[in-house]
Amino acid sequence: MNLPSKEISPAVDIRGLNHWFGNGETRKQILQSISMQIEPGEVVLLTGPSGCGKTTLLTLIGALRKVEDGDLIVFGHQLRGSLRKNRQRLRRQIGMIFQGHNLLRCLTAEQNVQMGSDLLRGFSYSERRNQAREWLKVVGLEDQMNKLPHDLSGGQKQRVAIARALAARPKLLLADEPTSALDSSTGREVVDLLKRLARNQSCSVLMVTHDPRILDVADRLLKMEDGRLIPPVR
Amino acid sequence: MNSFWKTRRIPLAWLLLSRQPLRLFVALAGICFAGILMFMQLGFRDGLFDASVTVHKLFDTDLVLMSPRSMSSISMSGFPRRRLIQTMAHDDVIGITPVNWNFLLWRNPETLSTRSILALGFEPSDPLLKDSRFAFKAKALNIRGRVLFDDLSRNEFGPVSKWFLEGRTVETEVAGKRVRVAGLVSLGPSFGADGNLITSRETFLNLSPSTPQGSIEIGLIRLKPYSDPEVVVTSLTKSLPNDVRVLTRNEFIEFEKNYWRTSTSIGFIFSLGAAMGFVVGCVIVYQILYSDVSDHLPEYATLLAMGYRLKTLLGVVAREGILLAIMGYLPAYASGQALYALVRNATKLPVQMDIDRAVLVFSLILVMCMGSALLAMRRLVDADPAEIF
Repeated sequence: MNLPSKEISPAVDIRGLNHWFGNGETRKQILQSISMQIEPGEVVLLTGPSGCGKTTLLTLIGALRKVEDGDLIVFGHQLRGSLRKNRQRLRRQIGMIFQGHNLLRCLTAEQNVQMGSDLLRGFSYSERRNQAREWLKVVGLEDQMNKLPHDLSGGQKQRVAIARALAARPKLLLADEPTSALDSSTGREVVDLLKRLARNQSCSVLMVTHDPRILDVADRLLKMEDGRLIPPVR
Repeated sequence: MNSFWKTRRIPLAWLLLSRQPLRLFVALAGICFAGILMFMQLGFRDGLFDASVTVHKLFDTDLVLMSPRSMSSISMSGFPRRRLIQTMAHDDVIGITPVNWNFLLWRNPETLSTRSILALGFEPSDPLLKDSRFAFKAKALNIRGRVLFDDLSRNEFGPVSKWFLEGRTVETEVAGKRVRVAGLVSLGPSFGADGNLITSRETFLNLSPSTPQGSIEIGLIRLKPYSDPEVVVTSLTKSLPNDVRVLTRNEFIEFEKNYWRTSTSIGFIFSLGAAMGFVVGCVIVYQILYSDVSDHLPEYATLLAMGYRLKTLLGVVAREGILLAIMGYLPAYASGQALYALVRNATKLPVQMDIDRAVLVFSLILVMCMGSALLAMRRLVDADPAEIF
């Protein structure tokens, strides 16, 4: 395979990706010959009815699943046949924001964010803690640093999750319906914040969403149905 | 130091434990209980073995001569006294004390019931015990029919010490013959003997007429300072006929302990009790750690998705195990000390906290917690980061 030269290499390059769930009789194809690219710094939204394979695609790009068929190249790293150890190392460059915030219940907001910055090497403990505080300030939670997730509102939790994802300085951010648990104005705020911060970091974003109110933040909109990408409208 | 700050992370294990105080409390209570159980059972076991040699430890001696037919303090056989005198020929031997050793019937002066008591007979002018005040007390034994009574003897022998200290003349019968208590000594009851008395050889032979004149049960041998007891034992064994055994003081003590260890089920019973404590602790810690890992599985999966290594997460569970072990051990140690004091007062058994046992119980608790952590870690493998989206 010819890899494009480094300057113009996309963050994510997918060609002819197929994926199945189950075995034998019950084996079901989830993804059918997906091909797409995400450029560095680009914000891509992925929509489609539930069960069409969006989340599966996200977990494949996030190196959380084994690639069965097709090429999936993230930052120049071929994920098909990639070792568990390499995938784990790659995940450090990918930030993830989940539908449920998935914060660690036993950690304060600040400590949760620091779990993100702790992944960075070469910084002392206090430097990493200061970075965590900076991120919380950026997402507007400087007053809530020592609260446990339990004591935060849904929007605040999602903002902590964003801060945690960005604290590891990812080059790619994957978000799975980050606004689904939030009311419309909070959801809007969170997505705007996400986009602004990603821009500043020149970090690509791939966001799966059902939420029609936030579609306008996208640089590019992708639609999926029954495991296929519907030809994109640029 | 620099690398410590570079590698320092959020103390996740500690926070996982401490942010669930109720679960932590239950876990610590369980570990502490297991620790106390092990401390008590092992303490009793060692205490009972130590108790079998309370008198043995008090003798002022370097070597001990005894009959090869003697099995333990409760079945001592006699040997010719002249064997002990023969040892004087050795250059390093500076003193000997022949001792008669037998169980006699003591009549309780208050209730008049009889009970078996360990009687030691020796020449009052010879050294017998290490206690420096003993030689003075022993002078009273020069009069025939006088005995020294062990004030640590069990209460069943009658209020002898109390009466004696009140200034009363305490007279009673030993083996059907009248004796008078001429003083008190502190020896302590042992396994075989509920009480002790010391008397002169002359009185002893009078009380126990079946003992042949020239026969003794124990010969104490004192050596020159800086002589090597092992070497003297070897040369004495070579020069003496095989109707006697020569032991060092420690061998003499071990000989007695070994009898109780191997010929009775005490060791087994108490070790089994300690093993029970260990198993109970394992079950509790495993339950706690397993449910802890299960409850936090989505969070562990999130960490994996963020790029943390499985090894790091296994380390978190292992650290939880170590923290539980340390935090559970400290109260167990304190309670163990308190209970030992209680047992000492109630039973007069020499139950002590010694370093060996403190280390042993800590190791067992650590093994318990780490083993449970290892088993709980298997659950971590189920943490699939792909499932959390």
